[in-house]
Amino acid sequence: MTSYYNPQDLKKFKQISDWNPELGTKFFDYYNRVFEEGALSAREKSLIALAVAHTIQCPYCIDAYTQDGLQRGIEKEEMMEALHVAGAIRGGASLVHGVQMMNLHDKLSM
Amino acid sequence: MNKKTLQRQQHLFSRPDKQLDYLSNGIFAPGKLPSFSEQISRCQQHPLQTKQLEILQLNLGYKCNQVCAHCHVDAGPDRKEMMSRKTLEQALQWIEKASIKKVDLTGGAPEMHPDFRWFVSQAKALGVEDLMVRSNLTILVAHQKYADLPSFFKANDIHVISSLPFYKKEKTDRQRGDGVFAQSIKALKALNTQGYGKADSGLLLDLVYNPAGAFLPGNQTALQQDFKKALWKDYQIEFNNLFTITNLPISRFLDYLIASENYERYMTALVDAFNPAALSGLMCTNTLSVRWDGSLYDCDFNQMLDLKIQRPNPTLAALLPEDLEQRTIAVHQHCYGCTAGAGSSCQGSLT
Repeated sequence: MTSYYNPQDLKKFKQISDWNPELGTKFFDYYNRVFEEGALSAREKSLIALAVAHTIQCPYCIDAYTQDGLQRGIEKEEMMEALHVAGAIRGGASLVHGVQMMNLHDKLSM
Repeated sequence: MNKKTLQRQQHLFSRPDKQLDYLSNGIFAPGKLPSFSEQISRCQQHPLQTKQLEILQLNLGYKCNQVCAHCHVDAGPDRKEMMSRKTLEQALQWIEKASIKKVDLTGGAPEMHPDFRWFVSQAKALGVEDLMVRSNLTILVAHQKYADLPSFFKANDIHVISSLPFYKKEKTDRQRGDGVFAQSIKALKALNTQGYGKADSGLLLDLVYNPAGAFLPGNQTALQQDFKKALWKDYQIEFNNLFTITNLPISRFLDYLIASENYERYMTALVDAFNPAALSGLMCTNTLSVRWDGSLYDCDFNQMLDLKIQRPNPTLAALLPEDLEQRTIAVHQHCYGCTAGAGSSCQGSLT
């Protein structure tokens, strides 16, 4: 193994079913159902997936949903705005814990 | 963007044999990815056979006012190839003999052919019901002599099929050249003014979407909705159908794939997306493509790779429509472009 991540491995994703067909099949059925057109459009779901992909920093997912976005005609401005939503929530999650820090700081301080 | 054609640059890929060499080796060398023939053999579809001839597609010549980055024809202002009057007359005889009802004019920019209007009138007089013109749109606003084409189209009940890679300027201009989007919008408005694309006018205006890069087209219905919504909202433009077409690894698009180091990834994606269900609807099964010099091909892509139909002396002059029945279609790795995902053809997706 020369790298933890190999772009070719993305295509082998389905092989996870080989070692547990029952759960693998259930997972992929669920996965495919999730991305179908519903109350949210498939296009909106693709943008959510792209933002989550960056939040969890999964290179496979970034590869898959950048390409998916291009195929759907999603524009780069839309992609970047979605990432800023992820960035805002991620940054906000750190900062909102500042209230804990402030609470504890004040409690312990004279 | 390079404004010269590959032919003008004396580029290696201006030669079909060099393109076929490239497509036969590398990732398609024996033992690697399956060739297209091997792939269709696996699903018992080899060799591919033609069905009843329905569409005669005439490539009137490779001259064009644009030099698009993805063009599989390598068309441009410096190309001189042009169908002769004699060959056009032979095509008319064919249309009459075979009672062909659908004729598809392409190029280059077919409107730049000096006999374009004459041919259209003659073909209509022979009873062609669906006379398609593949227009790049900008030609309609390129020069005063073309300005009345929208009304000429209307008068001859022409079915206009226009390239528009995206409903926004940036992607369109990157693929087709600076200013192309603005000119295309102007041309679309001129066509709408004649009634093209309007409900109940009977004047068909279809758009062709092809991806501006090394990726496959998305779902045709979804993209059509996006195009309709955006073009109406931003420009009050209407059209009938959107056809999604996959870019095939030929000529300039092949050159782009290699230069941008996307070739292997793109071809692998096409092979992975091979869909046997697309085979039965392939345009090569019901279309005959004619080169400017009268040579015959199973499709326009085969024409660019000079893979002629599998008959002795394959020209319009030498063969009759009945000579072409039940023939085997010439295939190569570029055919993966038409069988990927939902399939692809000059009339859009196939499944």
